Amino acid sequence: MRIVVLGVGNILLSDEGIGVRTVEKLARDYILPAEVELIDGGTSAMEMLEDLGHADHLIIVDAVRSGKPPATIVRMAGDEVPVFFRTKLSPHQVGLSDVLATLVLMGEQPGTTTVIGIEPESLALGMELTPAVARQLPQVVGLVKSELNQLGMNLTARH
Amino acid sequence: MGKRITIDPITRIEGHLRIDCEVDGGKVTKAWASGQMWRGVEKILLGHDARDAWTITQRICGVCTTVHAIASVRAVENALNMEIPLNAQYIRNLIITAHAIHDHIVHFYHLSALDWVDVTSALKGDPAKTAQLAESLSTWKGNSIHEFEQVKTRLGAFVGTGQLGIFTNGYWGHPAMKLSPEVNLLATAHYLQALDIQRKANKIVTVLGSKTPHIQNLAVGGVANPIALDSQSVLTVERLMAIKGWIDELADFVKNVYLVDVSAIGAFYSDWTKYGAGITDYLSVPDLPLDTKGTQFALPGGYIKGGDLASHHAIKAFGDPYFRDGVEESVKHSWYKGGKGALHPYKGETDPEYTDFEDNGKYSWVKSPTFYSRPAQVGPLARVLNMVAADHAPTKKYLQTVLDTVGSLAKTTIPVSALHSTIGRHAARAVSCAVQVDELDHQWSLLMANIAKGDTATFNKPVFPKGEVSGVGFHEAPRGVLSHWVVIKDGKIKNYQAVVPTTWNAAPRNESDTPGPYEAALLNNPVADPEKPLEVLRTVHSFDPCLACAVHVLDPESNEVVTVKVL
Repeated sequence: MRIVVLGVGNILLSDEGIGVRTVEKLARDYILPAEVELIDGGTSAMEMLEDLGHADHLIIVDAVRSGKPPATIVRMAGDEVPVFFRTKLSPHQVGLSDVLATLVLMGEQPGTTTVIGIEPESLALGMELTPAVARQLPQVVGLVKSELNQLGMNLTARH
Repeated sequence: MGKRITIDPITRIEGHLRIDCEVDGGKVTKAWASGQMWRGVEKILLGHDARDAWTITQRICGVCTTVHAIASVRAVENALNMEIPLNAQYIRNLIITAHAIHDHIVHFYHLSALDWVDVTSALKGDPAKTAQLAESLSTWKGNSIHEFEQVKTRLGAFVGTGQLGIFTNGYWGHPAMKLSPEVNLLATAHYLQALDIQRKANKIVTVLGSKTPHIQNLAVGGVANPIALDSQSVLTVERLMAIKGWIDELADFVKNVYLVDVSAIGAFYSDWTKYGAGITDYLSVPDLPLDTKGTQFALPGGYIKGGDLASHHAIKAFGDPYFRDGVEESVKHSWYKGGKGALHPYKGETDPEYTDFEDNGKYSWVKSPTFYSRPAQVGPLARVLNMVAADHAPTKKYLQTVLDTVGSLAKTTIPVSALHSTIGRHAARAVSCAVQVDELDHQWSLLMANIAKGDTATFNKPVFPKGEVSGVGFHEAPRGVLSHWVVIKDGKIKNYQAVVPTTWNAAPRNESDTPGPYEAALLNNPVADPEKPLEVLRTVHSFDPCLACAVHVLDPESNEVVTVKVL
């Protein structure tokens, strides 16, 4: 079993970096089972083929435009995910959807794909999350953790 | 006045480049290149510790993370006049060369080949005839009838799902698509094989850089890879041997597939040697330092004026005053506060002032760089021409191989001057990639030999003086000259400017209203159907645009991938 938690986003654009900040916090706060791999994907694309290929489960954390109030958290899984990519809610949609489409072409697509999305409040230049989105960070981490729990993975808190 | 075409955005990857053309009588008569997003990342760096600049700058772009990291540490090291241990130079050289090979393969096969190759036509290709053609060109193991049959089946199934995915934006069946179904099948098979092979290049970056896409092993003063041949946790013989294996696989593909495909496609599209020259002043920088001071390089660089190779002026060392003093940037046609004329990057300012798209005024977020007041083309073509002018034997050898193959397929003689063109840029990129794959092997041997001598040093500690110092770091990145310019005061960043390859090539008109390389290259470009301006995309894509770092990566509002607007 191989599970990939992929945080995407540009940490130079405040809330755009929420996916990466989530992965960083997970790595800081928990000891992960060997089956779980955390990836800070930044805004890259083809470089991730190797890491995403043949994953049993892929959990993507990203800033998304869902039309909901800032800092709203949305979860999409299964059939909802292709729709999410076709309607281009995320600024990285082109890169990431290309990677996923390429994996399909190569027959290496993940068994399941789940997206945890957070509506950004600001995409202004800056390395900090806005307070509203920063307050949601523990909840986003908690959501990823419960996704992993449902897949039978138990995380141990670091103290 | 002719028709006005607006293409926005034009890249297949992130970044937002808008191209406007006036088309009259089936040809482009006027062109504008515009970056549609504000970058301003330099501002984030102000006040940060100069040792951390590289970790921040490698986030500018998702495609070329390592190149910004390298240019950034070199800028700070130049400011401190540092020497870098040989092992660190070799390890960095391996990383940047592997990255470049990765980038060139992905650019050709996955981001631009589809301007020339019709994937839907490949479904009609005869596997036996394709294999016959392939075997006449190369000994590559992946050219069997069986392989081509499999590719047809896979492709058919993929197209059958209705989700074209990566193939969505192709102009299938366009009259300017001229390859036979067999050549299309051949190229599509190699497209798929290239997906696999590019991973090997990425693995080299991962093992040496500790991680991709963001490498973690750099440091101002060297690298953080401890070398110990008897330990499991560091750079061991086992890991170095694995790297050697990937290098050999890459070399096989680059020389027996990539170089051959570019030649074959070039021969079928030899009319494209007449279009897309544009600016024929070519700038490249030397790279792959072979000494601790950065005065000897494996790959030479320099400047060529007016397409005349005899005018080559070498750039010789890190911080070479000829390069350092020649670069300026104008914002006369860019959305920044100006009025001070073109500024040297140490004095560069990045204060936004948005107007609207003004044909004769400001129309881009990209600044307009010049080299001694003239626009310059950068990238693999500039690199290859400067290396040929510097009498670099491997470059001359691979260039001749390509020219001979194209010549024999097109049954004519192809001169070096054919490179000043849209298709010439693709040929030059393949030549550059072949040179780099040999150099990857060479740098690996240098590293092994140096370690065998007992040298395990990888890092010299930087010491920041009180007061102000400044430095430039340059890197011959896949897309061309990348330079980072830093002013440091008491160890903290006081000013920072990155002049990236796409800034050179996608530059708007400059201080004296001279068009930039894209704009100039588009003039007289044919356009068969203004609603489907494939020919415009061919010329712009041949530069390998990456607006992600020339400007910013952000387009939350637009739901469209490509908008073509004909006025």
